[in-house]
Amino acid sequence: MATTADAARAAITGRARGGERSTRSLVFLLLLWLSLLIAFGVLVTLIVTIAQDGAGRLDSGLLTGYSASVPEEAGARAAILGSAWVIGTTAVLTIPLGVAAAIHLEEFADKKHWFNRLLELNIQNLAAVPAIIYGMLALGFLALLGVQNKNVVIGGALALSLLILPVVIIATREALRAVPDEIRQGSLALGATKWQTVWRQTLPSAVPGIATGTILALSRALGEAAPLLLLGGLVYVTFDPNGLLSGFTTLPIQIFNWTGRPQAGFHELAAAASVVLLVLLLAMNALAIFIRNRYQHRW
Amino acid sequence: MTSETSTGQDTTHTGNGRAQTGVHIDPSAVKTGRPDRSLSDVPDPVIECKGVDIFYGSFRAVSDVTMLFGRNEITALIGPSGCGKSTLLRSLNRMNDLIEGARVAGVIAYHGQDMYADDVDPIEVRRKIGMVFQKPNPFPKSIYDNVAYGPRVTGMKVDSMDDLVEEVLTRAALWDEVKDKLGQSAYGLSGGQQQRLCIARTIATRPEVILMDEPCSALDPIATAKIEDLMHELRDDYTIVVVTHNMQQAARVADRTAFFTARPDEQTGDRTGMLVEFDRTTVLFTKPADKRTEDYISGRFG
Ligand SMILES: Nc1ncnc2c1ncn2[C@@H]1O[C@H](COP(=O)(O)OP(=O)(O)OP(=O)(O)O)[C@@H](O)[C@H]1O
Ligand SMILES: [Mg+2]
Repeated sequence: MATTADAARAAITGRARGGERSTRSLVFLLLLWLSLLIAFGVLVTLIVTIAQDGAGRLDSGLLTGYSASVPEEAGARAAILGSAWVIGTTAVLTIPLGVAAAIHLEEFADKKHWFNRLLELNIQNLAAVPAIIYGMLALGFLALLGVQNKNVVIGGALALSLLILPVVIIATREALRAVPDEIRQGSLALGATKWQTVWRQTLPSAVPGIATGTILALSRALGEAAPLLLLGGLVYVTFDPNGLLSGFTTLPIQIFNWTGRPQAGFHELAAAASVVLLVLLLAMNALAIFIRNRYQHRW
Repeated sequence: MTSETSTGQDTTHTGNGRAQTGVHIDPSAVKTGRPDRSLSDVPDPVIECKGVDIFYGSFRAVSDVTMLFGRNEITALIGPSGCGKSTLLRSLNRMNDLIEGARVAGVIAYHGQDMYADDVDPIEVRRKIGMVFQKPNPFPKSIYDNVAYGPRVTGMKVDSMDDLVEEVLTRAALWDEVKDKLGQSAYGLSGGQQQRLCIARTIATRPEVILMDEPCSALDPIATAKIEDLMHELRDDYTIVVVTHNMQQAARVADRTAFFTARPDEQTGDRTGMLVEFDRTTVLFTKPADKRTEDYISGRFG
């Protein structure tokens, strides 16, 4: 008896090879912390440098001024409004389409059918396609329609919608999948139709997940410059965009342009505009996290 | 064993243009396990099963079930795990249609109308034959909306939804516990309360039959006793079919009990569920006709 008890004690107290306090685990833990520290350090350095560089121009002129040939008079007003227009239009185009596609694939389509499996595979691949390809696609599409001036709000929104549609579809499908089957069964057992079940039970339960995924996708679109540059993004805009066919510039394009100018004043302006962009992105991500934590269902 | 109840015709439902009405079973053909007893005393059968086979793909989960469910009676389905109790129960209101590959052969009739005929709408079947699940599954909505959901989606004509909600919750012996928090989430209720809410939600659409699949298996003894009381109460107005693993529960609540078992199929080797004995609960538990029933209820098997 005594020997087995001793052995049992030894087994849980000894520093066995795989134990939590063995040298190997400690080294591994240290490496994990180090990676985290490096990633975090880079991010902090980035934010701090940009804020320092742009501090001189973080004023009201940044928000109210239009493009100008001298840095002191220039501001990012047109770019901020342009970004808002393009992202807003992108949201309007993407959300209904993406959610509808996800509902079809998740709730109605026969998941075992080869065609739907092919679709699923393709959507996953599309999510990994570089942004500039979508710019080329939108460009080609607009040319096909015979549109002369391709740098219009709707054109940019089209490119960005194509870019984030796969992400929205995937996020929505995941949110729908997370709704337990018991909810659907309960609804159907009461004599609800499949549509009523989706519309009144599954979809409302999935809204927090859908909102989170969509906001994160939109914040990706907000930071994109490449596809819009391809559409011939303007850089010198002295008016507020006022409609779907209005010319526009966006924050990333404006920053890209200012950074390329020789004058130091424009570099400072670019840093200040980057701070604005970062704040917007952080705000959107914070909103996504808030929605997730606040409305998430605990099944 | 099976030949005496054979229906003579093997009918599967693969869209062969069926519209059968007036399907009735001769009660004397129903297997009770005893040659000297027939089930002619089953009152006014609401659901009749005749030579029912249920398949998942090519796997036959249930074979040749012939039995009756009498009006305002509680019928218990008992038997070892995997003998197809849930499968049979789900096919009584076409919930099995939702499982891919599930298929019913033979006849399941509701008031003599073949439930699987081409012109029958499964949605309408489920409005007449409700279902309560093993795990309480309230909707992530308020208590009130849980009850009102069924009448709303089925477009029931309701004079006052408030009155209906009160009536139904009272019927489900839940009103006093929840009347001050109708607007709160159903998830705040205890498991037993949630299950009574699910029963309330089911009777709100005024079905005729309630199917219950192990409704108490996730509940403690006190909550179980409440559900059993409720079942007794509801029997006056509803026909109830309940699956249970609890022999005492079957003995306490059921008017009639059907004992199923699973045995390997001679041809395929699959374990196929079959009806062994179906009789008044008192008879089945005191004088079982079949050795397998006796072994099971005395705890020697399964
Ligand atoms: N969705 C399904 N797809 C395929 N086979 C299934 C499915 N559901 C059940 N089966 C099979 O059908 C047989 C009967 O299962 P069922 O769930 O009806 O048994 P049960 O009597 O309710 O068992 P338990 O007492 O454990 O609930 C089992 O062999 C099971 O594996
Ligand atoms: Mg079961």
